[in-house]
Amino acid sequence: MGIFLVGPIGYALYGSLTNAALSGYRAVAPEFVGFDNYTQLFTSSQFWESVWLTLVFVVGSALIGQNVLGMALALLVRNGPKRLGPVVSSLVVTAWVLPEIVAAFTLYAFFATDGTLNEMLGWVGLDGPTWLITVPLLTVVLANVWRGTAFSMMVYSAALAEVPPDLTEAAEIDGAGWWQRFIRITLPMVRRAIATNMMLTTLQTLGVFTLIWVMTGGGPGTQSSTLPILAFQQAFKFAQVGYGTAIATVTLLVGALFAVVYVKVLKPEVDS
Amino acid sequence: MTTPTTTPTPSAALPVPPTATRPPRRPRLSPAAPARTKGPRLAAGLALVLVGLAFLVPLAWILLSSVNPAATVSTSWPGEPTLENYREVLTPELTFRPLLNSLVVSGATAVIVVVVATLSAYPLSRYRMRFNRAFLHTILFGSCLPITAVMVPVYALFVTLGLLDSVPGTVLFLSATALPMAVWMTKNFMDSVPVSLEEAAWVDGASSMQALWRVVVPLMRPGMAVVFIFVFTQAWGNFFVPFVLLLDPAKQPAAVSIYTFFGTNGAVAYGQLAAFSVLYSLPVLVLYLVVQRLGGGSFALAGSVKG
Repeated sequence: MGIFLVGPIGYALYGSLTNAALSGYRAVAPEFVGFDNYTQLFTSSQFWESVWLTLVFVVGSALIGQNVLGMALALLVRNGPKRLGPVVSSLVVTAWVLPEIVAAFTLYAFFATDGTLNEMLGWVGLDGPTWLITVPLLTVVLANVWRGTAFSMMVYSAALAEVPPDLTEAAEIDGAGWWQRFIRITLPMVRRAIATNMMLTTLQTLGVFTLIWVMTGGGPGTQSSTLPILAFQQAFKFAQVGYGTAIATVTLLVGALFAVVYVKVLKPEVDS
Repeated sequence: MTTPTTTPTPSAALPVPPTATRPPRRPRLSPAAPARTKGPRLAAGLALVLVGLAFLVPLAWILLSSVNPAATVSTSWPGEPTLENYREVLTPELTFRPLLNSLVVSGATAVIVVVVATLSAYPLSRYRMRFNRAFLHTILFGSCLPITAVMVPVYALFVTLGLLDSVPGTVLFLSATALPMAVWMTKNFMDSVPVSLEEAAWVDGASSMQALWRVVVPLMRPGMAVVFIFVFTQAWGNFFVPFVLLLDPAKQPAAVSIYTFFGTNGAVAYGQLAAFSVLYSLPVLVLYLVVQRLGGGSFALAGSVKG
């Protein structure tokens, strides 16, 4: 574990300071170039575009999409019709249990130009856009919501089950409406679960590669190249291993930052 | 996590689906309530149906296309359902070898992780040490990092170590990425085994290793099974790690070999792709159901300690 997990991270820090390449003399004897990769990185408009795309992807699909839909589903399954809830939640969970690459192909087919979504829009007389080409980022955000919502749903269902029913009933007798009860009582009771879940979905979404890679390949152009995709492209397509490693290091630092906040601020229980 | 992409979480690593824990509905206090909630209930039902459809339609594509000899990207009812696609993909080259590779990689990873996690969780769970808290925090921290970000440096490292295209190397890396989460889960399972049982073993002259092996491990078998399945599933579904680290098509697991269904000139055999996806996904769906069974409070420890 030490060698295989800490090793790559240490190696990443070192590799990002060299001009290593996949082939040629620089692959055999990479030179130490100091912070050149980072200088190049921070002055590259493509890098900043990728940072922005990653931000939109994480905020849109994890923080907003998965959390809001997950909470909504947890509430609907709890309070909605009895038979329907379990059926819908097991469909949602199936999307989550499927291997990522299968989910990616499935969603590729769903969003493809001649795919199911556009066909269904055609039934109601709408002409759907070429999702994967016109709005690639929106498409992968929706795809990640489809794939990942089950997790938030399960976390929130567990949290909601812990809320004592007496409290909401008392509020109901006092004349509080459904929305008021939700905002004033339920939400504050599950705030820890919300904080934890937001952090976990953020970290998970930060590392999403397969879904985007299969659906859009980061394209068209670089319109959906988040940081993991950009690092992969730079390293393997353009053979700039040192540069790709620098991108990976930046991504890791962002992830580490989130993880530190998670461990420090939210203080998951470590009872030893 | 996907990698652990797929999915790490300390507090709810394998959350139980909502319906399982749902308490019985309490009787309403106000007799007027049912009339008032009829409208919202209908709206909730409609919303559920809509969400359900949004999840069902893409899933249905896999199943329907797998029996449709003329499958395309759009979901359609197969005119004449056949098992032709399955017959085409069920060859050693296309299905059996990749699935066997997946089995070897995931199985080896899961065995290594369960053994190492049990050994490292034992002192964490049983002894109060000064570094426990720091160590557990580090583990949590480690399980949070986006593993996909490390793949480029890992590739470079593997080239340097001469481990590229090596199945054992891939297994070791997958094990390393799965360990933090697994240690965390194993420790939690182990905490629920009463220490007094081991004390009894110690009194009888057992060493701590013997106590672990003879007393603790048998009692936490369901927990270890959960960890095993969790790691196995993650490794089974992992695409990126073998995609980067394994080059020889003969060594690649199903997650990577799925690309075989893309023809050379851009033509995709969608029916075969779907049939293969079904075969490839089935094991993890079954294992998930097993975990749910195991997770449902099968710890029969209640009677082993007299209060």
